[in-house]
Amino acid sequence: MSILVIAEHDNSALNANTLNTLNAAAKIGGDITLLVAGSDAQSVVDEAAAIASVSKVLSANDAALADGLAENIAWLVNGIAANYTHVLAPASNFGKNFLPRVAAMQDVMQVSDIVDVVSADTFVRPIYAGNALVTVKSSDSVKLITVRSTAFDAVEATGGSAAVEELAFGEAFEGVSFVSRDVTVSERPDLATAPIVVSGGRGVGSKEDFAIIEKLAEKMNAAVGASRAAVDAGYAPNDFQVGQTGKVVAPDIYFAIGISGAIQHQAGMRESKVIVAINKDEEAPIFQIATYGIVADLFDVVPELTELLS
Amino acid sequence: MKVLVAVKRVVDYNVRIRVKSDGSGVDTDNVVMSMNPFDENGLEEALRMKQAGVATEIVAVTVGTEQSQDTLRSALAMGADRAILINAEEAPEPLGIAKLLSKVVEQEQPQVVILGKQAIDDDSNQTGQMLAALLNWPQGTFASKAEFEGDSVNLTRETDAGLETIKINLPAIITTDLRLNEPRLPKLPDIMKAKKKPIDMVEAASFGVDLTPRLEVVSVSAPEARKPGVIVANAAELIDKLKNEAGVL
Repeated sequence: MSILVIAEHDNSALNANTLNTLNAAAKIGGDITLLVAGSDAQSVVDEAAAIASVSKVLSANDAALADGLAENIAWLVNGIAANYTHVLAPASNFGKNFLPRVAAMQDVMQVSDIVDVVSADTFVRPIYAGNALVTVKSSDSVKLITVRSTAFDAVEATGGSAAVEELAFGEAFEGVSFVSRDVTVSERPDLATAPIVVSGGRGVGSKEDFAIIEKLAEKMNAAVGASRAAVDAGYAPNDFQVGQTGKVVAPDIYFAIGISGAIQHQAGMRESKVIVAINKDEEAPIFQIATYGIVADLFDVVPELTELLS
Repeated sequence: MKVLVAVKRVVDYNVRIRVKSDGSGVDTDNVVMSMNPFDENGLEEALRMKQAGVATEIVAVTVGTEQSQDTLRSALAMGADRAILINAEEAPEPLGIAKLLSKVVEQEQPQVVILGKQAIDDDSNQTGQMLAALLNWPQGTFASKAEFEGDSVNLTRETDAGLETIKINLPAIITTDLRLNEPRLPKLPDIMKAKKKPIDMVEAASFGVDLTPRLEVVSVSAPEARKPGVIVANAAELIDKLKNEAGVL
């Protein structure tokens, strides 16, 4: 088995989900090569080489790789994919964007968003918003896989000293260019990895009142999340959305506040260790999966909770 | 320009699905089916392109059984000009669907193909990207805004950290995010009119694409049920439970 993992990074630091993806690679078993494709991303290459489970780092350095454009990354990965039995990437926006492109170039079927490795060719993935789990066996020569990071622990980020090899990039894909990026600035921990997540839904009622969610999150050093209803209503930015089409989280504690618990929302948080639901509607579906529930007005309970945590 | 919109018939998003007890799949008999929500966004975007004078013709296409005609009728009722049904008995995998769609693109020569970012049944999120690869076209995935300017489109994409804008030249593939638009509901007269619009039916086999599945479904199971929870009276009791019972705080 020889496995290629594509690192996600911003040219200055490795994204934590790469460490989870490496764990899935370790479960498959075999030699692991980590590809860092970027522009002047030496600090990422150094980080990559220090990961104990990585035996080799491939470094592709080109301006065309700076912004993670799928056309260019896919071209690069496609050129070396046949040297490996498995190619893995995190099932993040980054991985979802380019890996299916590689799959079609290689004429293989990608296995999306795996949550378990059964064997080197058999994997488990959720379907129907996580309401069913399908075990699939791949017959393709190269297995292209995206990995759900919440389903795998992170590997140790240190302890290794992998050899670094340069990988040349060819020509940039004509017809696509990066224009700009608008990153949501948040002082709170990263939603995908925070041990505590406090999410607000439609019940919060307004953008101003969403501060009540942020205050509670701040008190516990938690990340802030939101339901689709809250995002659509403009209470919170899009990238706060937890659910089937937003982020999938699995923290130690997930607070669902003013969130009814639609199927699509549950898809993004049902693997949380403890789920706390605060809702005035005792019939809300969220109570069916909540570890602890409080049936009350969130505007009474949340400030009290915030106060008591001081 | 001509716009091709791919749509899929899926179990309605409100249905709580049931896994068959023999582990062979999900029970889809007598279940409400509808158009995949992301595909409605795709069609809506094409309709707005037509209203804005950017698009001249909108062709809806699907791969599925004859029942998928329902979905195409919905697309026609929303405002698509005509529809193509690629008839396949077994639902092909995204790779197979992308290959079939690439053949339709060769025939129809659209400038833009719009697909949903993912189907809510298999949650793969692959078909659009695969189609882009097969055609060697640029891709604008997870789009929340598309501004057409001559031969290119400025496309705002939803990413994990916020938004990014890319510029892609036409012809191109666009996959939609929910934030792209609010799909319209067809009015009764439009539903009636849609019955007269043409649906071309072609057999998937006639395209000469090998649709043999690459992924064998070993089993389908229900996720582990969560233990029933408890209702607590107030914030103080909640904190006590989180600290002393669950040990997570």
